[in-house]
This record gives sequence, structure tokens and C-alpha cells, in this order.
Amino acid sequence: MSWVSRQPRSRPAPAWIALRWVGARLAGRDSALRQADWLLTVSVLALTLLGTLVIWAATAPMLAQQGLNPHTYLLKQFLNVALGLILMLTVSSLDARQVRLYAPALYVLSCLGLLAVLTPFGSVVNGARSWISVGAGFQVEPSEFAKLAVIVITAMLLSDVRHGQTRPAPKSVGIAVAVAAVPIALVVAEPDLGVTVLLALLMVGMIALSGVRLRWLAGMAAATVLTVTAVVKFHLLKAYQLSRLTSFINPSADPRGTGYSAAQSKIAIGSGGMHGTGLFHSQMIAGSFIPEQHTDFIFAVVGNELGFVGACVVIGLLGLLLFCALRISMKAQDQFGTLVAAGIAIWFAVQAFINIGMTVGIMPVTGLPLPFVSYGGSALFADMMAVGLLQAVRRRRCVFTS
Amino acid sequence: MIPVSRPRLIVLIFVIMAMLLGLLTRVWYLQVKSSSAYAAQASAERAREVIEPPTRGPILTDTGSPIVDSNPALVVSVSMPTLWKMSDGGASVLRRLAALLHIKQATMMREVRLCTVGVSQPCWPGSPYQPIPVAAHVFDRVALQVLEDQRQFPGVTAAIQPVAHYDQPISTDLSQVVGYLQPITASELKAENLPTTGFSAVDLVGQAGLEQQYESELRGVPGVTKLAVDAAGQVTGTLSKVKPQAGDYLVTSINAALQEDTMTALSNAVHKSQGAGSPTSNGGAAVVMTTTGRVLAMVSYPTYNPAIWTNGISTLEFKRLFDTAQGEPVLNRVTQGQYPPGSTFKVTSVAAAVAAGYSLNGQYNCPATVTIGGHSYANDGNPSLGNMSLYQALVISCDTVFYNLAYNIYLRDRLKDDIVTSPSFPAQEMQKMEVAWGFGTDTGIDLPAENPGDIPTREWLYYFWKDNAHTGQDWCKYGKINGSYAEQIEYQDCRYGNIWTGGQAAIAAIGQGYVAVTPLQLARAYVALANGGTLYSPRIGEALISPSGKVTRINPPVVGHLPVAKHTLAYIRNALAGVVTSGTAAGTFGGFPLGKVCVAGKTGTAQVQGNQSTSVFASFAPCNHPKFVVIVMIPNSGYGADVAGPAVRQIWDGLFGLEGHKAALPGGVLPGLPGMNKAGQITPPAGFGPQPPKRGKHGSAGTHRTGARH
Repeated sequence: MSWVSRQPRSRPAPAWIALRWVGARLAGRDSALRQADWLLTVSVLALTLLGTLVIWAATAPMLAQQGLNPHTYLLKQFLNVALGLILMLTVSSLDARQVRLYAPALYVLSCLGLLAVLTPFGSVVNGARSWISVGAGFQVEPSEFAKLAVIVITAMLLSDVRHGQTRPAPKSVGIAVAVAAVPIALVVAEPDLGVTVLLALLMVGMIALSGVRLRWLAGMAAATVLTVTAVVKFHLLKAYQLSRLTSFINPSADPRGTGYSAAQSKIAIGSGGMHGTGLFHSQMIAGSFIPEQHTDFIFAVVGNELGFVGACVVIGLLGLLLFCALRISMKAQDQFGTLVAAGIAIWFAVQAFINIGMTVGIMPVTGLPLPFVSYGGSALFADMMAVGLLQAVRRRRCVFTS
Repeated sequence: MIPVSRPRLIVLIFVIMAMLLGLLTRVWYLQVKSSSAYAAQASAERAREVIEPPTRGPILTDTGSPIVDSNPALVVSVSMPTLWKMSDGGASVLRRLAALLHIKQATMMREVRLCTVGVSQPCWPGSPYQPIPVAAHVFDRVALQVLEDQRQFPGVTAAIQPVAHYDQPISTDLSQVVGYLQPITASELKAENLPTTGFSAVDLVGQAGLEQQYESELRGVPGVTKLAVDAAGQVTGTLSKVKPQAGDYLVTSINAALQEDTMTALSNAVHKSQGAGSPTSNGGAAVVMTTTGRVLAMVSYPTYNPAIWTNGISTLEFKRLFDTAQGEPVLNRVTQGQYPPGSTFKVTSVAAAVAAGYSLNGQYNCPATVTIGGHSYANDGNPSLGNMSLYQALVISCDTVFYNLAYNIYLRDRLKDDIVTSPSFPAQEMQKMEVAWGFGTDTGIDLPAENPGDIPTREWLYYFWKDNAHTGQDWCKYGKINGSYAEQIEYQDCRYGNIWTGGQAAIAAIGQGYVAVTPLQLARAYVALANGGTLYSPRIGEALISPSGKVTRINPPVVGHLPVAKHTLAYIRNALAGVVTSGTAAGTFGGFPLGKVCVAGKTGTAQVQGNQSTSVFASFAPCNHPKFVVIVMIPNSGYGADVAGPAVRQIWDGLFGLEGHKAALPGGVLPGLPGMNKAGQITPPAGFGPQPPKRGKHGSAGTHRTGARH
């Protein structure tokens, strides 16, 4: 049975139709809300709320010192969260099969977005041309949506397993690589090292999960090694990228340069100790000693003001979220659902690891935000849409198993 | 899900678990295991120290009047790193500033360049990151213009800073003793662990004289304000504040009037000698208290005004300070000049002779010449005067008596051939006595860079020869057996320089040959002679008075006692009184009111090869209970009785107020220590003037003023 049959026969006002439609999608027996993975929902909401609180603590003293409204970032993030939740609900109410149909469109849109940042519409932040101004002071970061698009399109292509076959056809894998290569190339051109690495890992991880032969995986690994060697040997990395990559090994060698953020972040987290200074009580945060402390280095604020306890809560919630994603992947009805959910798990896991790893000095400094916690609209929207997608995948399973 | 995906998904689950566990471990390591180390780093980062300079302590005379003082003044400084960033290197800013301050642009350019290899004064010897002061005592209007028009004058600041003020004429009369201040160099900063204030003019350190010697006491303690700052360096609050503590007052025993009298006497003597055709250019004079070892006056001629060091010294002035033709005004002749003492040295030779067993009651022959080792040594002026007492030998200054005594003592204690092959050879009897009188070693006075003089002990001879035979003066390279006189001497020195000969022993006994002493060494030896044998390490500093009024007295330490019997010293003193009444100085002191103040003394005329004689006069008074010693040494000038003697007479006149002079120390009575009133001002000792030292012209601008004494 499809949702179309439940539409009323009479023709009420279009607004009413829309409301009824949304209400039915959300509250009906097979609805998104009723069949949501509540553990996932709770962990995402908890993480997002905690993140918003920490963003407030990270920005209010700085804004107050500049004589600005100290709650500016809090309010903006509230708006982001609200929009993100709507997006999550909307996506979660979709049928996973529809998503499969939308995948090419999503993919093309993201590629166009990535292309647009390279035009004069794009603006440069921290050495990378990765933002588009959309007017009224709002900016969109297409690479965040590209992550989602790559997951969905790759899952679509790799889940196309012919009847009687146990693995995706080599041709499908080849197409998947070629399709993923386009946004990767566009991100390299920005250049955004973090997103490049993440997209590459997503592609490789999903191909591995899709069931290709292990020897292909070995071949891919060898190709990766060759690529990295070539990159280093022929100086394909820009100077700022190389210095970022190497500075995390010895940040104190260059305390005011690229290693500065890393060193400050380590000091902030280390000095937080077991319980931290308490929100709004850190001089270091109030003095803005860590660049980008409300975005990429938000975990440093968590560690500094909430201590080891707070850091464990954030990592624990992320673990819970990943657990839910992987559970959905395991129990998904079809290969597409499995791959989408697993891809999202890889995304969040890798991005969280690189981000937190950078703040604690075990990963190079890249521009990847901490999912759900860092300030920023585009990232939160993409993250929320991914959660919605997870819910959609799960509900499809529920519908057909119950 | 296709079956093959399941195990791979499980692998992914483990990989993700490992990643999360890795993060947790790392966070635990940072926040639990090494938290305290990071906490320390964090607190160090959040604070910035602002150093507030202390006011440097003034140097005062014996009555508490200032010699050097710190006055607050509006100082304009230039921060060169800001100017270097400009497209023209700041040239346009400096041009505008020079015009505003009425300084020649070329002068300003020289003052702000950095002293490096090949760039000598005037230049900036401090850190390039310190603002360089280009003008002090500017008008408020100029300072305001600089501060308010920062677009025209980027990197230029004006602030009230203490600027050294030199009182005249005392600071010029005493310039080498006072020393001077220069910006601290990076190496000094590191070595002494001093904080920088950022305001260069106050990061000055004493580079010579008392300013260097008492640097730590005069400097004071800088105030430190710890400010909480954010990452951009914006101040967010004050964590702690410690006010600066002004430096101590240094009260010296220098008497201003006596110092000026001594300067006048010395410069008159030099000018008179020059007028008589001598090439002399410099000299030293000192007045030392016999009972305490305190220095009451110390004059090195020529002198200079130490104010020329303030705000950068000009090339011309700097060259003059070090120009030998101008007498190197930067040198303190009293502690750094090394001259043969001539016959003033005979007092030690008498003591050595008595110690060697020669009787004070004996008769000693004074022939015209004495032949030692094939050389003939003449009595000055070649008179043969027959037998005489040692008293008479001192009074008329018979050289040959001392040649004989020295040679006989030499023969007694000579070692085999007396070829000195090791520095551990024992000192000769006479030289041992000279060393015991404090010659050949630093006096330990409270002035830096003192010279020790030369006493030709065997150890000294060994090193003298070793250091110069093939290195140093390189006698063996330049000496020629048949060359010029100088080359012959060098040849001799090369071959026989380490042999202690009877001839050297003989001329050392009359203060010539290898012997060289500083005027201060001679002064303290005569102090010991006069006070019955106590050898002091002289002091110029008399007391340090802290801004809160705590007085720390500086006492000249006793460093030894002459190994001479009291009655021998009395005998010598008596002879020196005879020198003035009936001996070599009788003419010099003709008409002097010896009835009012009995003066004793000894002339010295040391012949120096290729130069005119060094004129020396060593004197003490009153004869029976000596209180003061006066020494004058003028190299390259003539007879002791002709050049140095009259200068000493003039100094005595000034000290006691004789022969129409005003008494510097009426009745020879010294003032007590200056005190401090409740307002923290220095008050003169009872009976010595009503002047507390004035502190500054900017009476109202008290912002920088610190310490109890304001």
C-alpha cells in the first residue's frame, strides 16, 4: 500500500492538504516518528544540544568583549538546529527507494555546487575555496552535501547486484569509482584536504563493504600507496597543506604558525583535567586562544570547560550514534540500505576521528567539523539529512518485516 | 544485504570501535595523566607582564648633594621595527620628526641605526625591538603632536621617563669615577637576567665607574603588573600588581669642594708643565683618609662631561674620549694609570732594608755612582755626598744609598744565577716588602677595571718574559744585537729577560725599571705608612640609603698590615716631614704655613726611556697625627718637586683653607653621614648646607613616580 491511496477524496485547501500529509507521515502507523530509532534520535538530539551549549560558551565571552550580542551564535545555531530537524524529519519520511531515485539528482546538484565554489561565486576560507555566498550573509558549503551525495550514489551503483551474482559487477564498481572521482576532483581543486580524504575513504570503504573481491581491495590499497607516494614526490600538495600535515607531528616547532591551533588546543584540553573549568568559566576560551574554537576546534572547548567527563560524554554519544547507524546497516532490508547506513557510519566515524584527533594532536589539522557539535549550518543540515536517511532505511526494514 | 558484505561490516564495526577507543585513550592521557603540565602552560599563556621602570638611585657627595640624579623628562622614542615595515624604511617619518624636534636629519639617522660590525657610535647598542630615544626634555606641545598625529608619526612615542641629570661641575670633575649609563645589550640582559621594560631609556645599565659597581643597588626593582590577556593580546583584566621600587641613594665620601680644588690643582700643574714645553697630557690625583681608607677626592685629568652619553654620543665626542693624543679622557688615571713611582717608592725600600737587618742608626754612603754588573748607576745629578743616615737619604733622596742597599740584599737572596725558569720561584726580599705594601695587586676599590701595576717578583718576571719573548711584544723577532737602542734592549730582553739581575734590583729600589704603580696604590701605601701600618681596600661609596631610609654603611675593609715595626714607620714619617722642611720639597713648600698644618711628603721623579720624567708627589698631613694622604702623579712632565709638588701644595691649601683658599674641610673635620627626613628627602649632615636634592622639574606629572622618597 502506498501513501497515495490515503489521500482524501475531497479537495480541501492546498495548505491543509500539505499539513495533513505531513501529519500522516509523522503520526501514522508506518510514520517516521512512530517507527523512528529512538536511541538514534536521542543520541543525535543530545549531541546537538550539547554542541549548541558549547558553541554558546565558546562564543559568548568573545562577542561580549567586542560589544556584540553575546548570544548571536547561540541564536544562529538554534535556527540551524531547527532547520536541520525539519530536514531530518523530511528525509526520514521519505521511502528509501525514492531516495534511490533521487540519488542522481542529488549527485548532480552537489557536483554543480562544488563547481560553483570554484567560480567567482565561491569565497575563500582558511586557504580553501569551499563556500558559496547565497546572499543576506548566508553561506553554503556544498562539500558537506557532497558527502551525502557520494554515499547515496555509490550505494545506488554498488547495490545493483545482478540476480544470481554474489558481488557487484566489475562494471558497476568501475562506474562507482568514476562517479565518486568527479566530486573528489572538484574538492581537490578547492583545495580541501580533509574532505578529499574523507570522500576517498568513503568510496574505498563502501566498495569494500559492497562485496568486491579482496584482491581488488588489495589492488586499491596498492593504488592508494602509489598515489600518496606520487603526491609527496611530485609536490602535489600545497605548502599550507603540507605544513598542516607535518605540524601535528611537532606542533611546538612552529607555535605561531600552523602548529599554533594544535598546540593551543592540546593545552586547552589538557588543562581541562577531569571536570573542566565549567561552561563560561575558562579564561582560555574567553580569551579566544584557540582559533576556530566554535567550529573545527569545538572539541577543545568541550575538553577545557567540561573536562574528561564532558569529552567522554561527547565521544560516548558519537559511539551510540555510530552503533545505531551500524545496527541499521546490519538489519537493512536491501543492499542499498546496508551500504547507505554503513557509508553514513564511515562518514561520521572518520570525520569525528579526524576532528577530535586533530584537537588532541594525533591527527593533522584539517577543516573537518565535528558532526552535530561544531557550529555551522551546512554541516548540521547534511548531518541531519543523513540521520533522516538512516531512519528512512530503518523504517523500510520495519515496514516489510512487520 | 548480500552475504559477502556481512563479515566486512563486522570488520568495520571493530575498526570504528578501535577509533573511538583510541580517541578516549588519548583524551585520558591529556586530561588525566598529564593534565597538570598543560594547566601550567595554560596559565603562563594567559598572562602578560608589563614592567614599570624604577627610578635609578642618585649618586651623592659626602654632604648629600647630588652628583648624578634622575629627573623625569618627556622623551621621544622611535620604534624602528614599525618604521622598517614602511615602503621607504621610515625615512619620511624620521625626516618629519627631525624637523619637529629641530634635530639634523643626518644626526637622527645615525642615532637610530643599530650598532653592528662596522657601525660604531653614535648608534643604538640596545635591542632593535626597544624604542630608541631620540630626544629628551622635549616640550609638552611637541610630545602631544607626536602622540596625537600617529598617521604622520607612526612608531614614534613620547613618554615621561627618568633621564640622568648630571650636576656640574662635580660630575665632570668626577666623570671617570661616576661612569656612565648605556642601553643594556642583549648579552647583558641574558647574563644578568634582567627584565626589559620596552622603554629603552630606562633599560640603561652602568657601564663604568660607580654606576657599574653599584648597578644592582642603584637600579632598583622594576614594578611588574601581570595582565590577563586574550589570544589577540587584548587586556581583559589585572591579575597582580607590584609597584616599582626606586634604587638606593649612593652616598660617597667625595667632597665636592675638595674634588674641585684637586681638579684645579691637577689641571693647573699639567698646563704649567705644558707651558714649560713638556708633552704631558694627563695625570691623576687622589685624597684619601688615613684613618678610614675613604677616598675624599679622585681626579683623573683630562676629564669630560658624562652627560654626553645621554641619548647617544656623537662620533666626535666618542673619538675624543678614546683619543690618546687628547689624553684618553675615558680612563681613570688614578686606578687605571700605571706609572713608575720614582723616589716615593723609597719608603718601601727603607722598610725592606730594616727588615733585612740594616739599622736605622747606621750610616750609608751616598757616592756619585754605583757600579753593578758592569753598569754604572748614577745618583741623580751626580753629587757625591758621603756617609749619611737613612733619614737623610730620604730627605735629600739619595739614589745611590738605595742602589747599594738593594744590590746587597739582592746578593743575599739571589738564587743560583737567578735565571727564573718557573713561576713558583720565591719572591725576592725587597719585592716581597713592596707587595706587602699593596703594590702589584688590585686595591679592591669599589670601581671596576682597576689595573694592578707591576712589581718584578720572580713570578712576575717569569710571566713577563714568557709572554713577550716569542709572543706579545715578540722581543726575539724584533730585537737586534747591533740595532737601535730599542732593538738592543729587545735583544737583551729576549736573551736574558728571565734573569733577575742586580741592576734591576737596584733601580727597582728607587721605583723605576720594571716597577709600575697606580696613583691609588701609592695613596693607600702612604695611608698605611701614615696610620701605623693598616692597609685598606679604599672605598668611594660611604653608604647606601634605601628609599625608605634604611642606611647600609660601606666600610673600607682592612686587607693587610705592613710587616714593618711602628717605630720604623715613625722614622720614615719623620724623614718625610724633613723632605718638606729641608729636603727635595723644601723649595716647593717655601712659604707654606707649616706652622698651621704640618705637611710631610716625598718627591718622585721617575725617568722613563724616550719620555720626560713622571712627576710624583706623595704627601700626608698633619705630620704627627696624619689624617689625609694626597697623591699626585703626572707622567711625561718633569721633576716631582716642580710639577706634582705644587699641585699637592694647592690641594692642601684647599683642604685646610690655607694661603687664601676656602677650606673644603674646615679644620680637617669630615661631615657626618647625610640623613633622610620624613618626606623621604636626603638631608645634609649637621652644619653642611640646607639643600635636599631636588627631584625633577615635572612637579605635577607624578605618574611615573615611585618609591617612598617622592
